[in-house]
Amino acid sequence: MTDSVNKQKKQTKSYTQYGVKRNWQLLAMLSGAVVFTAIFAYIPMYGILIAFQEYNPALGIGGSPYIGLDNFFRFFESYQFQNLMVNTFLVSFLGFIIGFPLPIIVALLLNTLRSTKLKGIFQTIFNAPHFISVVVLVGMLFLFFGEYGIINSLVLAFGGERISFFLESSWFRPLFIGSGNWQETGWSSIIYLAALAGVDPQLHEAAKIDGASRFKRIIHIDFPAIFPTISIILILSIGSLLSVGYEKVLLMQTGTNLQTSEIISTYVYKIGLTGFSEPGYAAAIGLFNALINVVLLIIANYSAKRFSENSLW
Amino acid sequence: MVKQIKKRHSMESKGDQLFHYGVIALMTLFAILILYPLWFMVIASVSNPDAVLNGEVWLWPDTIDFSGYAKIFADPQIWTGYKNTILYTLVGTTLNIILTIPAGYALSRPNLPYRKYIMWFFIITMFFGGGLIPFYFLISNLGMIDSFWVLIIPQGLSVWNMFMVKAYYESNISIELIEAAQVDGASQFRTFWSVILPISKPIIAVMILFYAVGRWNSYFDAMVFIRSEELYPLQIVLRNILIVNDNASGGITGEDIYERLRLANQIKYGVIIVSSLPIILIYPLVQRFFKEGFLVGSFK
Repeated sequence: MTDSVNKQKKQTKSYTQYGVKRNWQLLAMLSGAVVFTAIFAYIPMYGILIAFQEYNPALGIGGSPYIGLDNFFRFFESYQFQNLMVNTFLVSFLGFIIGFPLPIIVALLLNTLRSTKLKGIFQTIFNAPHFISVVVLVGMLFLFFGEYGIINSLVLAFGGERISFFLESSWFRPLFIGSGNWQETGWSSIIYLAALAGVDPQLHEAAKIDGASRFKRIIHIDFPAIFPTISIILILSIGSLLSVGYEKVLLMQTGTNLQTSEIISTYVYKIGLTGFSEPGYAAAIGLFNALINVVLLIIANYSAKRFSENSLW
Repeated sequence: MVKQIKKRHSMESKGDQLFHYGVIALMTLFAILILYPLWFMVIASVSNPDAVLNGEVWLWPDTIDFSGYAKIFADPQIWTGYKNTILYTLVGTTLNIILTIPAGYALSRPNLPYRKYIMWFFIITMFFGGGLIPFYFLISNLGMIDSFWVLIIPQGLSVWNMFMVKAYYESNISIELIEAAQVDGASQFRTFWSVILPISKPIIAVMILFYAVGRWNSYFDAMVFIRSEELYPLQIVLRNILIVNDNASGGITGEDIYERLRLANQIKYGVIIVSSLPIILIYPLVQRFFKEGFLVGSFK
């Protein structure tokens, strides 16, 4: 496939015009995206400077005094530090352990179905929850797992006692991870299904004639075919191991489950933007979190490069 | 040929057949697991709230009672939220498409000058960013807090989506097509407008769906940046109905909460249906475009 593309490139190279003068219109088509990215992604990166300042709104970023790494050390020494790190890591890691293999299994199994119609119906159903908003999803959780929700009706029917799912911190992680998988498993499997669609059917035919069962063909034909995709997704997942979004967690927090539900990003939001704001301190914590993610990503990519050919760059 | 294939199927071993039915059974179970909560909201929204709270409603509504919906449609907040969200989604998605499609196309061209540097310029933002606090300061300095545009402009471009467009063009448009147009004397603008755009329907449809759903569903930016109730998008109204009340009553139990739940729950089920309806209607129409392999974004 890539070979033929390369050949094509070589053959037609003489017709394709290179150089800025000849291609300024392509640059023009890109200019909007560049400007938006420069403003909304790169200017905030400059704003990170406040992480090293004792930020004073009256003086602004230009005038506030620099205090070196004080904000960072303050965070490392704070009583919240350990708890936040553990909470962020655990909810992310446990979610990863379950959420990473599940879409792969679903894709491999769906791919074995001969009827494209049936496959299509299943996919339509599995993808649907992806389009539900976080507010609605958490609203559903409150309804289903509330004191008088359907889950508690079920618990009662089996002779148990009502459980206050949202008041007990031990239930935060199962609810967060379970609902996340309910919502995203089907959607995450699309990327693997796309890779599986590229498997040459002749491989399966040949293996069939040799007497390989359907299960064996999954292990020896399908799985190797999606292995590069799996590696890429794995690298990306490791790179985001400490970046749990605040959107869903904030909504799921109740006064009493904070012991497990307070994570780095929600804490940054609270101390930076609500109440007695300390933007410099909050930005430092956010930066610390972002740096860990970048380091994890680079390590994951480096190891992937060493041990296989599948890496991001 | 067809006969041959049929023959092969009939040659399938017992074990494989069993495996096949096992897969169908498992997938059906998954499907039920996903559909049941959605179905339950539909039946709970039209049932007698007492029956729902007592756990008497499982598969079918016990009555068909639209009084919950009547209350929802009588609430001016819902109407304002709905109207605002439609506006945010329409204007915002238009901006998204204008920014994303041409940029994705330009990135897919090997003759784009400085291509490598431009790619890195975008890739870096996917893995590292200034974070929430500097972003808030930027918005504040731009004077956009509590304005209509704060929910339109800052979310103008998703780099992920742009790369998806790039990958789509890379695998779906041949160099010959573009060069044929250019040999005919068409400029690059003209080529994009009259040759590329007409064959971009699938990717544009998918982009509209992604961006529109993202905008329809987002609440966080509005929560942080919008203060005036008349600018509230639907999701903030929803949040106030579905979640904030629950949080507030977190500590109370017994009769008190039961009475409040009885009144509120039917509305909650209904409001979830009402707010998700447009997406439920659009999704199956665009679903057929997903299977193409362009969800696999390429960094190279």
